[in-house]
Amino acid sequence: MDSVKASQPNSGHRCPERYTFLKFFDAALNQLSLSSAPLQIRFLLLFSRQGKVRLQKWYAPTPEREKKKVMRDMTTLVLARKPRTCNFLDWRDLKIVYKRYASLYFCCGLENQDNELLALEVLHRFVELLDKYFGNVCELDIIFNFEKAYFILDEFLMGGEILETSKTSVSKAIEASDLLQETMEEYMSKPAF
Amino acid sequence: MSDVVEKTLTALPGLLSLDLQTGAGKLSSTSKLGNLIRGITELTSKHDEEKLIKRELAAIKEQVSSPNTTMRQMKEIMVRSIYCEMLGYEADFSYIHAIKLAQQGSVLEKRVGYLAVSLFLNENHELLLLLVNTVLKDLQSTNLIEVCMALTVVSQIFPRDMIPAILPLVEEKLNHPKEIIRRKAVQALHKFYLIAPNQVQHIHSKFRKALCDKDPGVMAASLHIYLQMIKESADSYRDLAGSFVTILKQVVGGKLPVDYNYHSVPAPWVQIQLLRILALLGKDDQSTSELMYDVLDESIRRAEISHNITYAILFECVKTIYTIHPKEELLEKAAKCIGNFVLSPKINLKYLGLKALTYVVQQDANLALQHQMTIIECLDHSDIIIKRETLELLFRITNAQNVTVIVEKMLDFLRLCHEDYAIIDLVAKVAELAEKYPFRTPCPHLTPNNRWFIETMSTIFTVGGELMQPDIPSNFLRLLAEGSDSLEDDRQLRMYAVDSYVSLLQTNPTKLPQRFLQVISWVLGEYSHLVDDLSPCLVIELLVRLLERPDVASDTRSWVMTAVGKLSAGAGVGKLSAGTGAGGGTGEGAGLVQRVAQQHSSSLDTQLRQQALELQLLSQDPELHARVLPRGDAWGSLEVDSSLSFLDGFVSEALASGAAPYKPPHQRQEELRQEKALSLEPYALSLPISLSSCSIADRQSPTLLSISSGLSGNSAELAHRAGSGSLKLEGVKRVWGKDGYLPHQREVPEEPSVPQEDSAPAPPTFPQQSSALTPPSADPSEEDRDKQQLASSLFVGLSSNNSTCLMGKPEAPAPQRFRRKHKNTDSASASSSSDSSHSPHDAANHFLYSSLLEEGPASPIMLTQNSLAPSNRTEANGTHTRGDAPVLPTANGVADVGDREAPPSLTTANEAPSPGVGGHRDPPLLMGGMELVQPCPPPPAPTASTQSSAEGADTPQLPELPPESDHLPPESDHLPPELRNLPHSDMSPLASDQSLSLSCCRVHREDALVLVLQMSNACGAALLDVSVELQCHELKVASLRGNALESLPAQSVRVCWYTLLMEAPHTHVMVTGSVSYREESGPSHTLEISSKLSLADFLRPLVLSTEEYGKLWLSLSQDVKQNLKLLDPDGDPLCSSLSVLKDKLQLHVVDIIGSEGIVACKLLQGAPCLLHCRVHAGALAVWLRSPVPGLPDCLLYHLQRALQER
Repeated sequence: MDSVKASQPNSGHRCPERYTFLKFFDAALNQLSLSSAPLQIRFLLLFSRQGKVRLQKWYAPTPEREKKKVMRDMTTLVLARKPRTCNFLDWRDLKIVYKRYASLYFCCGLENQDNELLALEVLHRFVELLDKYFGNVCELDIIFNFEKAYFILDEFLMGGEILETSKTSVSKAIEASDLLQETMEEYMSKPAF
Repeated sequence: MSDVVEKTLTALPGLLSLDLQTGAGKLSSTSKLGNLIRGITELTSKHDEEKLIKRELAAIKEQVSSPNTTMRQMKEIMVRSIYCEMLGYEADFSYIHAIKLAQQGSVLEKRVGYLAVSLFLNENHELLLLLVNTVLKDLQSTNLIEVCMALTVVSQIFPRDMIPAILPLVEEKLNHPKEIIRRKAVQALHKFYLIAPNQVQHIHSKFRKALCDKDPGVMAASLHIYLQMIKESADSYRDLAGSFVTILKQVVGGKLPVDYNYHSVPAPWVQIQLLRILALLGKDDQSTSELMYDVLDESIRRAEISHNITYAILFECVKTIYTIHPKEELLEKAAKCIGNFVLSPKINLKYLGLKALTYVVQQDANLALQHQMTIIECLDHSDIIIKRETLELLFRITNAQNVTVIVEKMLDFLRLCHEDYAIIDLVAKVAELAEKYPFRTPCPHLTPNNRWFIETMSTIFTVGGELMQPDIPSNFLRLLAEGSDSLEDDRQLRMYAVDSYVSLLQTNPTKLPQRFLQVISWVLGEYSHLVDDLSPCLVIELLVRLLERPDVASDTRSWVMTAVGKLSAGAGVGKLSAGTGAGGGTGEGAGLVQRVAQQHSSSLDTQLRQQALELQLLSQDPELHARVLPRGDAWGSLEVDSSLSFLDGFVSEALASGAAPYKPPHQRQEELRQEKALSLEPYALSLPISLSSCSIADRQSPTLLSISSGLSGNSAELAHRAGSGSLKLEGVKRVWGKDGYLPHQREVPEEPSVPQEDSAPAPPTFPQQSSALTPPSADPSEEDRDKQQLASSLFVGLSSNNSTCLMGKPEAPAPQRFRRKHKNTDSASASSSSDSSHSPHDAANHFLYSSLLEEGPASPIMLTQNSLAPSNRTEANGTHTRGDAPVLPTANGVADVGDREAPPSLTTANEAPSPGVGGHRDPPLLMGGMELVQPCPPPPAPTASTQSSAEGADTPQLPELPPESDHLPPESDHLPPELRNLPHSDMSPLASDQSLSLSCCRVHREDALVLVLQMSNACGAALLDVSVELQCHELKVASLRGNALESLPAQSVRVCWYTLLMEAPHTHVMVTGSVSYREESGPSHTLEISSKLSLADFLRPLVLSTEEYGKLWLSLSQDVKQNLKLLDPDGDPLCSSLSVLKDKLQLHVVDIIGSEGIVACKLLQGAPCLLHCRVHAGALAVWLRSPVPGLPDCLLYHLQRALQER
C-alpha cells in the first residue's frame, strides 16, 4: 500500500510539529473564512450533558485547532448556562444558539446578524427529522448511528443553508437511499467480518 | 434507553422506527463500532480513553492497509475512524481510503465514503483532487442515488480549481426530471457561486428557470443564490421584485403543499428567505418598495399563532419594513410587533425584541422611549446576554446629554466582564463615544467634561489592557495632539491628562497595562511642560522608575525613553523653557538624565541602547535637541513622504530587471479571496461605501468598529452600522438616516405623556445626572424611583421636545470626525515622523505609525471625489475642450491641436486620423509614445534608399516620391501618403556612414506597428544593391517589401517599411538588422542597425462600454496589482494621472466614477488588457487583468515609467 505511505506526509497539516508554523496561516485562513464566508450557520454541534461530542459539522473551513477550541468553549459555555436564561450566547463574533433536548445539547454558531429564533427552529426541525427517522429518538440512537444522523443532516442543511424544508422530502430521500441497503435488521446482525 | 428524548411531537409516523430502535440495540452488542463505543463509555479517565483509541487506530490502520480488506469491511472501518476523528483523534491515514471507498464501493459503501470525505477533508485539502474523477463518474451515473450523493458532496466540498470540469454536468442536472436532483444541482451551483462567482456567470438565466420551477423545493433552493446575488448588486435584480412578491403571496396564502408546513406555518424558511430578498430589493427604492407593502402587511397579519417560528417571521418582517422605503401604516404595525417582543415574558423573545429595537432605534428613537422601563429592567437582567444586548441598544441612542450615564453603564459591565471578545467590542464602543462627545458639547460645562473624558479613557485603558485594538490609544493621542478649535480647551485637556497621569504613576503604576503606560509616557513627554508647577525632574523620575520595573515590556520602554528624551530639554540644560517654575531642579535633572542614559547605554536590548546613546547626545546639545525634538506643535509642520515615492526609481529598476511587483498584504489577501472582492463593486455607483468597506476588509482586525467609524468620515450612519456588529447592517436608509427622525415627529403624539414626563426632570448638567445613578435614599419605593431616575437620565434627549437635538446627533459627529480625518494624513505622518526622527527603529512608534497611516488616506479621497466626478466624465468621453486643459497639463499644446484639427475623439489613436497633421503636431498619444522611447534610441547603419509604400499591407509597392523629397525635406514627407496621416514618431537617426544615413520612424497603424526605415544617400554617386534585413525573435516581422533596391540614386531618399506585431508581451524588444550596399566602384559595406521598441508601440486603445468592460473583466484570469505614483495630488489626481497614461500609452479610458477609473487597451493582436485604477492612500492602485500571462506585468512597467517621467 504505497499510496498510504505516500499520503502521510502530504496530509501532514495535522502534524503537531507543524502547528507553530501553520498557526499564522490558520489565523489567516480563519480570518478569511470569517470575512468571506456568507454562510448562515458556521457549525453545528451535538454534545451530551457531560460534554461529550456526539456530532459535529462544520460549514466553513475550520482548522483543526480551531475546531477543538470551539468545541471546548461551546461545551463549557453552554453547560454553564443557568436555567431560565435565553437560548442565545455571544461567542467571539458569532451568535451561539443552543437548545437542550433531554440529555443532548444541540448547538449551532451563526453569523452575527442572523435571526436567532429561526436557528432555534432549525435545530428543532433537525430533532424532528431525527425523531421521525429513528422513531422516538434518544441519545443512544445518535451515538450508535451517527453516520445516519449525518446523512439526515446533509439532506436537511447544505452548506449552512436550509436545503429542504419539507419533512417528507427529507425522509423520502433518506429512505430511498436506505432501500438499497439490506434491511437494517440484516445489516445489524451480520458479523462485521 | 433511559435517555429518552424529550418528546416535542405528539404523533409521528414511525414505519422505520421500530426496526431501527431494536437495530440500535443489536448493533451495540455485535459490531466493532458498538464495542468501541461501549468501551469508551465504560472508561473513566481521559488517559484510558486515549490509550483505547490509540489501540483502535492502530488496528484500523493495519486493516485499511491490508490488501484483503473488502470494501464492505472498509465501510465499517471508515465509520469507526469517523468516530475517532469526532472524538478529536487524528486518523489521517484513512483519508485516502475514504476517497477510495467513494470511488470503488457499491452505492452504500460509496455513501459512507463520501460522508467520510466530507467530514475529514476541508476545501483546501490536496487529496480532494483525487475525488474529482469519482464525482465526475457519479454525476454521469444512471443511478439517481449516486447522482444525488455526488451532488451532495459537491455542494459541501469541492476544489475551486476543478469546478470547470464538472460544471457542465451539474448544469445539465438543472433539467433533470427528478426534482430532488434539480434541487441539489441548484444547491451545488449556489456553492460554486459562493466560491467562484465568475465561473457561473453564464448560467444566470438558468437560475431564473430554477426560480420558476414547479417544485417548491427547487424554487426555495434557488432563493439562496438570489439572496446572495442580490446582496452583491440589488440593482440588477429589481425586475424580479414582482416575482418574489408573488411567490411570497402564494407561500403566505398557503398555496404550497402541506408538507412544507412547519407547525402549521406555511414554509417559514422560504418566507424568511423571501423577506430578506425583498428587504434588499426595496432598500432605497420607493417604487420597488411599493410593490411589497401589501404582502408584508399580509405576512404580519397571518403570523398570529404563538410559536417561535412565527416570531421569527415577524422579526424578519420588522426588519424588512424598516429597511425598505417607509410606509407609515406598516411602521406602526412593526412597532407594535417590537413592543410585543420586548414585553414578552419569554426571554428569547425579549432578546429578539431588544435586537429589533436596536435595529430600529436609529430611525425611530421614540420606540426606545416607549419601552424605557423594560430597557432599564433588562439592564439589570440576570442573563448577561440580555444585558449586553441592552447596552448595544443604549449605544445607539447615545447623545451628548446621556453619554455619561450610558458610558458609566458600559464601564460597569466591562469591569465584570471576562470575555475577551466582549471586552474588545465594548472598549471600542466606549472609546468611540468618549471621543465623539467631549469637544463638541454645546454647553459650557467643559471642565467636568475634560475630566470625564480623561477618566473614561483611563478606565478603558486599564480594563481593555492589551486586548483592545491598537488604534484606540493612537486615536486618543491623535485627539490630544490635534486638539480642537479652541486652544485654551486643548491646553486644559492636556494639562488635566498630565495631572491625572502623574498622580496615577505616583500611586500605583504596577497594575497598568503596557498600552496605557505607553500612552502615559507619550502624554507626559509631550505635554508635561504645560503644567507650570510640575518639575520635569519629578516626571523624569517617575518615568525612570518605570524603566526599572521588570514587568515593563521592551517596546513600552522605548516609549518611556522617548518621553525622557523629550523632557530632558526642560530638565537638563534647560535654556529653552525650563527656567522659572522648575528652576530648582535643573542640575539635578540633567544628572538624572545622564544617569539613565549611562545606565541603559549598555542594555542588552539594542533598541533601548540606541535610544540611550541618542539621549546622551541630545541632553548635551540643546540646539540639536531643539531641532530634533521641537517642543509643542512645531512638529506639525514636518512632512513625510508616506508614499515612499523616492523609492520609485529603485523599484522600477528592480522591476525592469525582472523582480516581481510588490503586493501589499491586503492585496495578496484580496487575491486569495479573488472573487467578488473588487470585480463587482467598482462599477456600481456606491463609492464611499464600497471604498470604506474595502479598506475595512483589508484591515483584518478582529472588530471592525473603530476603524470603520474612523473611515466613514462623511456618514455617521455608516459608523453606526459598522459599529453594530450584531445587527443586520444593511438597514439604514438615506431618507431616514441623517434627518431620519423628522418623519417620526409626527408619531410623537401617539405616546404623549411619556416624553413629557421624561424630558421634564432631565437635568441640564451632568453632575446631577450621574449622581442620579447612585441615590443614597432608602425608602420602600426606592427601587422604582431609582429606575425612574435612571430612565430619565438615560433617555434624556430622546423625548420629543428634544428631538432637534436628536436629529443633530447622528449628524453632528460627522463634522467633527470629518475634520479630524481631514487632517489625518498630515497628522499621521507628522506624529510618526516626530517620533521616528529620533528613533527610526522604534517598534513602538511603528505601532502608532502604522495604524495612523493605514487609516489616513481614505478621507481625502472622499472629500474630493464628488467634485472630481464631473470633470472626469467629460474627460472620459474624450471631448477635448479647451476647458479641459487645466486638467491635462501635459497635453495642453496637443489639446489645442486637437481642437483645431481633429474631431473630438482624436485621442483614441484608431479613430480616423485628422488630415494634415504634420510630423511636429502629432496627436497626443504619439507624443507620449515618443517620449517613452526617446531616452533610449540606439542607432544603426547605411545603404541605398528604398522607398516602399503600399497599397495594401501585403503588397507594398515603391511609388516615386515627390521630387522635393530628394532634397531632404521635412522627414515626415518621406512617409508614404497613407501612413503620413497616421500618428507617428519623429524620424530618429539609426546609423550612418559617409555615404548612407539611416533613420527610422514608428507609425502606429491600427492593426500593426509600422516601422519606416528611411535611407538617404548622402554621397555623390548612386549606391547599388541596397538590401535591408530586419529581424527580431520576439516580434512577427512582416511585409518585407521594399527592402531591396537595385540602386539608390545620389542625394536621394527612399523608405522601406515593415509591419511588426507583438505576439507575446515584452516590455521592450530589440529589433536588429543590417543594411548592406555597394558603392558603384567600391567594395560593399554593411551597416548594423538596431532599434528598441517599447510595448507602448504595440498597444492600441480598446473601446468598450462599461458593461462590456464588466463582463470582460470577469472573464479574464491573469491579474496583477500594484500601487503607482499619483500625479497632481492637489488637483484631480485620478483624472490627470489617467490622462497622462492615456496619452502616453494609448489607453482608452472607459469610465471614471469618483475615485475609481476603468481603462482598457489591447495588444495589437487583439489580447485585451483591462485596468482598474483607484486612488487609494495617496497612490494609484492599479489592478490589471488580461488573458495573456505577461501582459499585465509589462504594461505595469510602462505605466510606472509613464507616471514617473511626468
